Amino acid sequence: MATFKEFRNNVKPNWCPGCGDFSIQAAIQRAAANVGLEPEQLAVISGIGCSGRISGYINAYGFHGIHGRVLPIAQGVKLANRELTVIASGGDGDGFAIGMGHTVHAIRRNLNVTYIVMDNQIYGLTKGQTSPRSAEGFKTKSTPEGSIESTLSPLEIALSAGATFIAQSFSSDLKQLTRLIEEGINHEGFSLINVFSPCVTFNKINTYDWFKENIVNLEQFPDYDPSNRVQAMNKIMETNGMLTGLIYQNKTRKSYEDLVTGFKPEGLSKQNIKITPEEFEKLVAEFK
Amino acid sequence: MISQLSWKIGGQQGEGVESTDRIFSTALNRLGYYLYGYRHFSSRIKGGHTNNKIRISTKPIRAISDDLDILVAFDQESIDLNAKELRLGGVIVADAKFNPTIPEGIEARLFAVPITAMAEELGTSLMKNMVASGASWALLGLPLEVFNKAVEEEFGRKGAAIVEKNIEAVKRGAEFVLEQAGGPLDEFKLDEADGQQKLFMIGNEAIGLGSIAAGCRLMAAYPITPASEIMEYLIKKLPKFGGTVVQTEDEIAAVTMAIGANYAGVRTMTASAGPGLSLMMEAIGLAGMTETPLVIVNTQRGGPSTGLPTKQEQSDLNAMVYGTHGEIPKIVIAPASIEDCFYDTIESFNLAEQYQVPVILMTDLQLSLGKQSCEELDYNKIEIKRGKLVENVPALEGHDLFKRYELTEDGISPRVLPGEKGGLHHVTGVEHDETGRPSENALNRQNMMDKRLGKLNDMYIRDAIRVDAPFDTPELLIIGMGSTGGTIDEARSLLAQEQISSNHITIRQIHPFPTKPLLPYLQNAKKVIVIENNATGQLAAQIKMNAGFADKIESLLKYDGNPFLPSDVHKACKELSLDGNIQRV
Repeated sequence: MATFKEFRNNVKPNWCPGCGDFSIQAAIQRAAANVGLEPEQLAVISGIGCSGRISGYINAYGFHGIHGRVLPIAQGVKLANRELTVIASGGDGDGFAIGMGHTVHAIRRNLNVTYIVMDNQIYGLTKGQTSPRSAEGFKTKSTPEGSIESTLSPLEIALSAGATFIAQSFSSDLKQLTRLIEEGINHEGFSLINVFSPCVTFNKINTYDWFKENIVNLEQFPDYDPSNRVQAMNKIMETNGMLTGLIYQNKTRKSYEDLVTGFKPEGLSKQNIKITPEEFEKLVAEFK
Repeated sequence: MISQLSWKIGGQQGEGVESTDRIFSTALNRLGYYLYGYRHFSSRIKGGHTNNKIRISTKPIRAISDDLDILVAFDQESIDLNAKELRLGGVIVADAKFNPTIPEGIEARLFAVPITAMAEELGTSLMKNMVASGASWALLGLPLEVFNKAVEEEFGRKGAAIVEKNIEAVKRGAEFVLEQAGGPLDEFKLDEADGQQKLFMIGNEAIGLGSIAAGCRLMAAYPITPASEIMEYLIKKLPKFGGTVVQTEDEIAAVTMAIGANYAGVRTMTASAGPGLSLMMEAIGLAGMTETPLVIVNTQRGGPSTGLPTKQEQSDLNAMVYGTHGEIPKIVIAPASIEDCFYDTIESFNLAEQYQVPVILMTDLQLSLGKQSCEELDYNKIEIKRGKLVENVPALEGHDLFKRYELTEDGISPRVLPGEKGGLHHVTGVEHDETGRPSENALNRQNMMDKRLGKLNDMYIRDAIRVDAPFDTPELLIIGMGSTGGTIDEARSLLAQEQISSNHITIRQIHPFPTKPLLPYLQNAKKVIVIENNATGQLAAQIKMNAGFADKIESLLKYDGNPFLPSDVHKACKELSLDGNIQRV
């Protein structure tokens, strides 16, 4: 059985020293090993941005797509071969700005894909512009007087869009993050894991220390029940979205793959594609 | 006795025009006639004038006709708008309810049939389409039992009582009009057909059928006119073959989902029209750069922007040939018949995998939606070629990766699917090395560009150009694409009567442009006329740019939303051959 080392490759990430993305990479590698995967059973699909490079840093099948389209690509991979474990990953700009439409609909569709958002509240690779996750008043190169748009709450949106798995973590908490990714992979359906991943170069506000001071771990609430949707929404609102842990999980709703008429448990890519003369005749006869 | 005639039904959208047309043509197909349909409709569901025209013939036909023999009208507007098409002595069958009148200057015979009244007598005005079609069927003197059989098929699942009522409606319409006319009209007596039922379908259905035969098992698409029938057909059929259709949130999701699924090994397509194609442009570049097979169907309609969404046009050529930033290899195929729609779809999936490139299959609205008779489709011609798809590759050592983008002589690299143990590699739209890892190395960049762009050198599809060249040095070489071929051929038979010699070439491989096979025909023709449904002569520009001969290439362009008529083409060709000038239609 593969260990997390087998999910490592010899590529040196081009992230800045201290970037939160390193820990997310490590957590994915550990979680993949912990759930018993072999590298060839995992496909990591990523978007564009600093975080998008992650598919090249994990020893598995990797697909680095185009900006904002990580989820449709990942869903296509899963539909084609449901036997693969599919992790989609990208930044907050990728998933909540240019790709927001896909995020909401991937949630509704509920294919068995684990979506890890590396949320640094800023655009890093383009050198510091505002993101939908930036706080109001946040000053960047594109908002020199401070952002005047409201901050997007992906957790509230996910819950109202019908998400069956919502978690949030912090890149410094490798243990919690690894566990949540494992749970996300094991969840039968779409899992959204938003991870606070500080940008040490362009975001001087939402720093490691700032997160440590401001986030609340759900473990502090022993009575918290992640199957209760109303409670989940209340908790997100009470904490202004600054909470970590498993926020919501619906274990009863079936995944998309399980609901598609005629879909077999075996990967579609492995099935015979040549139709028989009888099947062909039957199809043609309908046009007479 | 005549060998062909044209029948049209007009009314308000949602009034039963479609279903009347369907039953009428199904019955004709039963008798073995060749049919060619044309739908005139608007971008709304209820209300607004709509009409369907069917050309009926004892011989194969691939074009709408200039004139009309019988017009069935549910309202005066249908008469006012369409009566001018009627040939001398043509017939109008109209609902007596609106006191139909023949517009001034038109000589036609009018049969005012109490269509609505008879239908209401039978319980519902819904049945007026049965009264109307029964009346017009009877005028043709065709056997009523064949028509009743088609009615039975249409309504069978609604129960025997409904079938019976509809058959009664047909009978009343027929009896009424026969009494008025004194029997079937001799001048509309069609020669007997061969009795062989033909396949009868629209291009979109042929594409759907072709895709199943090709092994396509997933489709991701967003609804749009005139492409939606493809997804609607496939969602009914694919589950039986283990696959499905996903209706995505937009065309960007559709195309990128198709890319993901093709990457993971399932033949997957998407289909759209101009606005959707525009949204797909960035992803087409991703498929080109990552060498991921991809099939996109683009059913052209009137552009630009929302344009004329329900009308005929062929104006996306430039978008398909040049679309996406940067430079990628891409194939654009233009089927020119229903049979082509079927076989070309299969070939598109093969080419996409053999060359690991995006393939765009382009139709136009008339080809996608015009219902036509179709030759038998041959199972034995269905071949599935997956190119350099490899399995069971040797295990990798250490940090090695599979060389998914290996530099090879033909530029095409072996391809493995995710899941394969020895096949680990990276895929990215960033410039990359042989294993798929990002690389900005200048030499690697050149090698990779040359590799990708060289893949399609000397690539020709089946019938890259379709040639009908009876003359060595014709007066005219007529060039077209898509649905215009049948119209051009009808014009040519008129030209032949006037001793004007013409050859006809249909360009089926739009990109890469088939310059080499086309050159001799261009050389040998005195004049060349390129017929296309757009305003700027996009196909003519491709010919001039790739093959030259700008001095003798003329264009006949039509961009008013309607297909060419044989008379349009005939007139332009005649003018060109006489004085070297042509007028736009």
